[in-house]
Amino acid sequence: MNGPFDFALALADDALIAAQRLAEWTTRAPEMEEDIALANIALDQLGAARLLLSYAGEVEGAGRDEDALAYLRDDREFRNALLVELPNGDFAVTMAKLFFLAAYQLPLYTALAGCADQRLAAIGAKARKESAYHLDHGALWVKRLGDGTEESHRRMQAAVDQVWPYTHELFAADPAAPVDPATLRPAFDEVVGPVLAEATLTRPDSGWAPGGGRAGVHTEHLAYLLAEMQVLHRAHPGAQW
Amino acid sequence: MTDARTAAASVVDPEIRVITIDELGILRAVEEDPASGRVTVTITPTYTGCPAMDVIRADIRRALAAAGHPDAEVRTVYSPAWSTDWISEGGRAKLAAAGIAPPAPVTAAGVVPLTLAVRCPQCGSPETEQVSRFGSTACKALWRCRSCSEPFDHLKAL
Repeated sequence: MNGPFDFALALADDALIAAQRLAEWTTRAPEMEEDIALANIALDQLGAARLLLSYAGEVEGAGRDEDALAYLRDDREFRNALLVELPNGDFAVTMAKLFFLAAYQLPLYTALAGCADQRLAAIGAKARKESAYHLDHGALWVKRLGDGTEESHRRMQAAVDQVWPYTHELFAADPAAPVDPATLRPAFDEVVGPVLAEATLTRPDSGWAPGGGRAGVHTEHLAYLLAEMQVLHRAHPGAQW
Repeated sequence: MTDARTAAASVVDPEIRVITIDELGILRAVEEDPASGRVTVTITPTYTGCPAMDVIRADIRRALAAAGHPDAEVRTVYSPAWSTDWISEGGRAKLAAAGIAPPAPVTAAGVVPLTLAVRCPQCGSPETEQVSRFGSTACKALWRCRSCSEPFDHLKAL
């Protein structure tokens, strides 16, 4: 990454793609309360994405607004980490993704709140309060499923094992950025370790670390997600509710 | 002609219709240019993704126009970030009267861990439990009273 545009875009795309994935649960969650919870979290992510995309557009200065950036870029132009574009899988996979993302976003937004860029600082101060609730919600489910029945434990462990390699990309060093993601890793580990332990889950060994999202090299899943997210706007340019 | 501040402050929140945007603490400033009569209103969202913001902006412009201030601009700021501590005492009383348990004070550390009892707004019992951290709107959680069995909304401390 280089420059404030790429940095804001990376954060915005994480939030936007996470929102789109979470919204897929709407009307399909295992219980009504969870349906509402996931939709609420998706809305928070969308709110942060809109602020960050608008800011990225202003920084770029090429006349692209939040809609142009969200709806008129192809997959190679998206800068989100691979973690957020992974399919939802079963409920345990969704919770593993939610938990790890929130454990990264909370220290990220907290650090952002104190950075020199005033616009990013304001967004960080706002979004971190919401991330704290996401983290709480994800941690609650990881513990409930991990320390639940034999079957829920098996599936939660499988989900953690599946998603874990994708967490490393979130902390790729970028010393020139307003917040260097590498500095967030200790806070992430401090939160994740005790929750996995309480959930009677084994923290996977860190080995394979897929990446490329920040450079626009994505899994095959992102293009399908974008096709659904962008189809209306591309068919009817400038359409509004 | 009603003054601009009074007109803007009278707008009710579209999702919690018992409380005004002033009482909710999202109305940050109302400034009127004495020469041109142009009014600039500054608001801040409760949550970043609050879907009521567009309606609130339109309601403010409508209220100002009705009060004799047709030339109005509504600005949105994100800093300092809204906190439930900004809800006025009068606003808290109105929430409780409408069956919505008001939020606990926010500590310096940020979000309050849920150790404080939330009193049932129907019967006043502290014997309550959280059903869901996320409720009917972004700012509310769903609770239930163990004494009178009534479910109720609780405005989350933020």
